[in-house]
Amino acid sequence: MHEYSIVQSLFDQIRDTARARGAVAVHRVTIQIGEIAGVEVELLRTAYELFRERTICEHAPLEVEAVAVRWTCPDGHGDVTRGHALVCAVCARPARLAAGDEIVLKQLELEVP
Amino acid sequence: MCQACGCGDTNIVPVSLNERILAANDRAARHNREHFRDRHVSAINLMGSPGAGKTAVLEATARMLGPGARVGVLAGDLATDNDAQRIRAAGMVAESITTGTACHLDADMIHKGLHRMPEWRTFDYLFIENVGNLVCPAVYDLGQDVNVVALSVTEGEDKPLKYPTMFQKADLVLLTKIDLLPHLPDVRIETIRENLSIVMPAPRMFSVSARTGEGIDRWVHWLEGLRVPRASEHVIVGAL
Ligand SMILES: Nc1nc2c(ncn2[C@@H]2O[C@H](COP(=O)(O)OP(=O)(O)O)[C@@H](O)[C@H]2O)c(=O)[nH]1
Ligand SMILES: [Mg+2]
Ligand SMILES: [Zn+2]
Ligand SMILES: [Zn+2]
Ligand SMILES: [Zn+2]
Repeated sequence: MHEYSIVQSLFDQIRDTARARGAVAVHRVTIQIGEIAGVEVELLRTAYELFRERTICEHAPLEVEAVAVRWTCPDGHGDVTRGHALVCAVCARPARLAAGDEIVLKQLELEVP
Repeated sequence: MCQACGCGDTNIVPVSLNERILAANDRAARHNREHFRDRHVSAINLMGSPGAGKTAVLEATARMLGPGARVGVLAGDLATDNDAQRIRAAGMVAESITTGTACHLDADMIHKGLHRMPEWRTFDYLFIENVGNLVCPAVYDLGQDVNVVALSVTEGEDKPLKYPTMFQKADLVLLTKIDLLPHLPDVRIETIRENLSIVMPAPRMFSVSARTGEGIDRWVHWLEGLRVPRASEHVIVGAL
């Protein structure tokens, strides 16, 4: 249930950003969660809804963009097919994770007086 | 104020950030990593399910390394001091980090743990026994050099496929309790290896038994290999 602590970190980050830019409210929060980030999106939403009252995010809906896993060859031979051994079909080198572990605050819509 | 028409509405401005939400933990982990580098301490984050045999592996490691070894353990524990007591009884310095309801250790808890165990500066190895859990600990960088996952033969061959995040981050998997294999006719080590190769780009697995000591020498040999400066760092990919 680390989703609660992730939401806590998210609020801290948003509060700092809003303060630095002199915002009075947040109107939308967009985050990216990778498929193998180890985060349950539904739990994250529940935690967000539970805790956003009385924070600067009170009126901000949470948008979650899912990011699919992508493994690639480190030598540029392209993507490695999922569901098989994670090595390049051309050069047999271990694949590199190119996407899918994101836990990222992508964008905020801030109300600036 | 709205600049366009002067209606009195406030401006809504989109701000692109692309920052990792756990950036504060990443910073604390970098700080720990600098401490470990400064003092030439190899830090090992040992993860796995509750009961996978993490503490038992550390006890067996203590026995193999002998009394002169400069080794210590920070043991994450929900409520008790039991694991740290077992490890101390086996001859290693140990402190527990009581996490309460938290399902994982974070970098700040490790930093505070170091304060309670000032001997860490003299260690060759600092083992961090993470909270028993195959999901949450994988999400938090602690400043470790390597991630090791203990997976016991009784947990089922499909664990790597069910918990790809954990196994993807592992530098080494310890297949534990192999002394029990004669009682488990359906468990095939080859199947576990195949499943690992689907989630782990450079799969490496050692079979060990803390009970009989089998394979512990190979694990200790691998640990010795960490003492030479490593060429590649464990980088967090996908981070912006
Ligand atoms: N047969 C056998 N049992 C083991 C072995 N290692 C651990 N166990 C048992 O598994 C249980 C959990 O071990 P423990 O080290 O506390 O697991 P942890 O929760 O991952 O730290 C205990 O009852 C241990 O005695 C082993 O190599 N062989
Ligand atoms: Mg334990
Ligand atoms: Zn959790
Ligand atoms: Zn290739
Ligand atoms: Zn410090």
